[in-house]
Amino acid sequence: MSQQPQAAVGAPLSRVDGRLKVTGQAEYAADLPHARTTSRGGTPIIDGVVHAVVVDSTVARGRITGIDTRAADALPGVLGVISHLDKPALVYRDNPGAWLDPFVGERLHVFQDDKVRFFGQPVAVVVARTLEAAQHAADLVRVSYDAEQPTTDLTGAPENDPLPTQDYARGNPEEALASAEVRVEGTYRLTRNHHNALEPHATIARWDGEKLTVWDKTQWVLGARDELAAVFGMSAENVRVISPFVGGAFGNALRTWPHTTIAALAAREIRRPVKLVLTREQLYYGVGYRPAYEYGLRLGSTRGGRVTAAVHRIRAETSSYEHFAEGVMNPGQLLYATPHVRQAFRTVPLDVNTPTFMRGPGWSSAAFAIESAMDELAHETGIDPIELRLRNEPQEDPSNGLPFSTRRLSECLRTGARAFGWHRRNPKPRSRRDGDWLIGMGMASGIYDTLRMRSEARVRLDADGTALVQASTSDMGPGTYTSMTQLAADALGLTMRTVRFELGDSTFPAAPPHGGSQTMAGVGSAVQDGCDKLRQEAVKLAVEDERSPLHGVDADDIVVRGGRLHVKGTPARGETYRQLLARNNRTHLETRGTFTPSGDDRYSMNAYSAVFAEVAVDRRLGLVRMRRMLGVYDVGRIISPKLADSQALGAMVGGIGQALLEHTVTDHRDGRIVNANLADYLVPVNADIPDLKAIYLDGEDLHADPIGVKGLGEIVKVGVAPAIANAVFHATGRRVRDLPITAEALL
Amino acid sequence: MHPFSYTRASDTREALDAGRDGGRYIAGGTTLVDLMRETVERPRTLVDISALPLRDIVVTRRGGLRVGALVRMAEAATHRGVRALYPVISQALELSASAQLRNMATIGGNIMQRTRCTYFRDVSADCNKREPGSGCAALHGVNRTHAILGTSDDCVATHPSDVAVAFTALEATVHLLGPDGKRTVPFADFLLKPGSTPNREQALRRGELITGVELPALPRPLKSGYLKVRDRQSYEFALTSAAVALHIRGGVIREAKVAAGGVGTVPWKLAAVERELIGRRPSEALWTKAAERAADGARPLRHNRFKVELLKRTVERQLRVAGGGK
Repeated sequence: MSQQPQAAVGAPLSRVDGRLKVTGQAEYAADLPHARTTSRGGTPIIDGVVHAVVVDSTVARGRITGIDTRAADALPGVLGVISHLDKPALVYRDNPGAWLDPFVGERLHVFQDDKVRFFGQPVAVVVARTLEAAQHAADLVRVSYDAEQPTTDLTGAPENDPLPTQDYARGNPEEALASAEVRVEGTYRLTRNHHNALEPHATIARWDGEKLTVWDKTQWVLGARDELAAVFGMSAENVRVISPFVGGAFGNALRTWPHTTIAALAAREIRRPVKLVLTREQLYYGVGYRPAYEYGLRLGSTRGGRVTAAVHRIRAETSSYEHFAEGVMNPGQLLYATPHVRQAFRTVPLDVNTPTFMRGPGWSSAAFAIESAMDELAHETGIDPIELRLRNEPQEDPSNGLPFSTRRLSECLRTGARAFGWHRRNPKPRSRRDGDWLIGMGMASGIYDTLRMRSEARVRLDADGTALVQASTSDMGPGTYTSMTQLAADALGLTMRTVRFELGDSTFPAAPPHGGSQTMAGVGSAVQDGCDKLRQEAVKLAVEDERSPLHGVDADDIVVRGGRLHVKGTPARGETYRQLLARNNRTHLETRGTFTPSGDDRYSMNAYSAVFAEVAVDRRLGLVRMRRMLGVYDVGRIISPKLADSQALGAMVGGIGQALLEHTVTDHRDGRIVNANLADYLVPVNADIPDLKAIYLDGEDLHADPIGVKGLGEIVKVGVAPAIANAVFHATGRRVRDLPITAEALL
Repeated sequence: MHPFSYTRASDTREALDAGRDGGRYIAGGTTLVDLMRETVERPRTLVDISALPLRDIVVTRRGGLRVGALVRMAEAATHRGVRALYPVISQALELSASAQLRNMATIGGNIMQRTRCTYFRDVSADCNKREPGSGCAALHGVNRTHAILGTSDDCVATHPSDVAVAFTALEATVHLLGPDGKRTVPFADFLLKPGSTPNREQALRRGELITGVELPALPRPLKSGYLKVRDRQSYEFALTSAAVALHIRGGVIREAKVAAGGVGTVPWKLAAVERELIGRRPSEALWTKAAERAADGARPLRHNRFKVELLKRTVERQLRVAGGGK
């Protein structure tokens, strides 16, 4: 097989859908049906859509004793109010394909009983001809409750029984800790964070007889299809989910949440297509969040900084009806070569809705505790924080003895130290001042596993020399449209303009969830495979075609550029795809690409990062201001450098938010979130964001997948918050173990 | 949102007639429309006063400034006279909200804006301001951002305006026009502490219209400025803030105008701080000593104890910035 020239891959290209987005033509779920049909995606106009507004519980625990809909029903335009009183039939079949859902527990069943499990739980839905009427009517629905005292505070609440996987031990940690020359110990508290994507969740559902079509905000159209089929007791073939654009998600559009069911249910009951858009406040109760953690960590080490023992006691909030657990245990098992480790991870059931994955799920929460503790250990032993980490670098994965496919964390640390000017840092805390500002530098390492799953893609080359590539993946912001087009363009030997990539339709070839940084590895490899196959098929057609100028040439000697097949090194000898297909009376060529990850786990595959932060802290007012940040990443090959920067810098912004601003605040008296809006839940604004920079180590990981990528979107979030917290310590001498770090902790 | 009717007043007379009949005045709408969407506000009639001739900033005969009620925040902030005479006003405005909001919101609307207390803005929570007699959820609830001064057991909500803090410091006057004619009210009397009637927020009579805010002439030179302390560097309300204006002549502070924001149920005039300053020579020690009085009478709540110390330091910092020092 010949090597195709690389023109698009590796080039800092702008998003292929950028113009659609900035001119408002990209059709998000909530834009329909007002948006017009466009050539891209071919979304049909949906006639006769009516509007649904959800009524939420205003207590966190108890029973619904009555729902008075008289005033709502009397409003002009109101088509109906649905609640558990109507006993709407929903099957809620098991859905074994919903592997993203918690293993233990049962998803929330909407309108099936009178039980209230959390504040903001949907208790009714109002459907009306106009959105305004539906909103007004929803406000007129009177719900009465028999309320009980809820438990919503993680601190002190009893734990669930653990799963076997929630305890881990190697070596003899207690003994090693007791005999360690140096010990550090702390409890790190991460508050609950919400994703707060700009786009609200929205669903339009339409029934055509037995068939259900849903336009939804989702990172996984196949997951949504299967879940709707399970909930409504249908065959998956009768459900189609369409989601061409997602306006940010960060993980909260992976699961299929109750509102999607509510929209489909309302459409069935009212017998009209129904549109449902969650309000900003409802997004705080309806689509998951990053759970709060209490992470107790004890480290034992030699005076020389070799960590000998680590004991992790981890508690995370979950709902009363599902035990959500994420990969919070992994970093503690394999980030450093610690011989003696014990971990106990417990979930704590509260009267809240179920948490879910949020960028860097689990791994980034663990990294805050581990990397803060490592900083404490560095301070305690007087060893430079980078040197300390280098001294604990494992030669193989200490959790399973496997070799690393690639692990270049040391290189990340050294490269970052040079680029950031780490050598200028006086290790003594509170040693640098600029007027009223205390200046500090901090760093942290990061790790995230390289997830890969089976993926497929359809590739079609038309007689006009343009190609269409399809996969049922998603683009929540990383630029899937663009990066896949880049891969396909090079593999097919076409320009970016002559390749179209389509996603977000459950009728397209199967793709895994668009999350966990696996889209490039899986879907990208399938696209690469399908395009390679198609190009090879075209080459074969040419070399076997007596009328082709390429007849008889060794297929391996042919490359394709700009839609023209030619002999490598002899551009004059060749022909275009168009000529080839026309002469052979072919309307198109079509192939199916697949990627199946190697099943034999011979390697430990992970992406790594070293994150550096410089902060200024007002010595009297306690305000923390970012001055600059650098991330250095070992993520394998970079397909699209401009998009990679968007990912890395965006995650730094998210990490700054987590470290300094973001905090979902619950009033534990009644379980209400008091800042369920973007005025009171603070995310960084431009003024908070300093000079940010990302460096990617040049390389690839071909053990991971044929295109050599290790995943980027998650690792760039891991390590940001601890780097900032460590910089705050260096600036002030004050160790803050609770996020976010706000003024009162530093006064 | 609940249904409402909307009329546009073409002149002051029309506005007053509609106001007398119970209409709610609306100009920039940056607060009212939000609150209507949340059903916190449910006016039956909106009277749009945008067309009224209240958009001028004029120098008064005494050498002060009068800012029309419909002057946009952005216009007032960048007005040459305001910038030259009262930097504290410009700064307070420019540190408020976002550029988009400042382009819409008016000075009259700004001082009428309602609290950011999240319980006030959540119709399912108890709030005496929104629903008299229902109770105050914030008093023993989540109250990090709430007031430590001027509170009552019925309400602990802060007044959110920045420019109102500057108006309070400078002792501005509010010009009103009502069915019974014109009157003026000292700014300190215009915004009401909650007491047992937190639903009453301004000393306005039925149908009365704000026509402008007058800033008094002050002895010159006058050094003034505004410091806003907040978690986020832009687009956020104050945890604490300080408006300071100092007239220093012959090395002695002759006039001191100081007020604080983010800490009071109304913008908080710091008379005790002013008294510490007047007649004394500027020094680091003086700023610290005077600022010690900033939180006199503070009644902190569970989550906002830090505001007592933060307020003192905020005032100290801004005294130093305005009055000089290292």
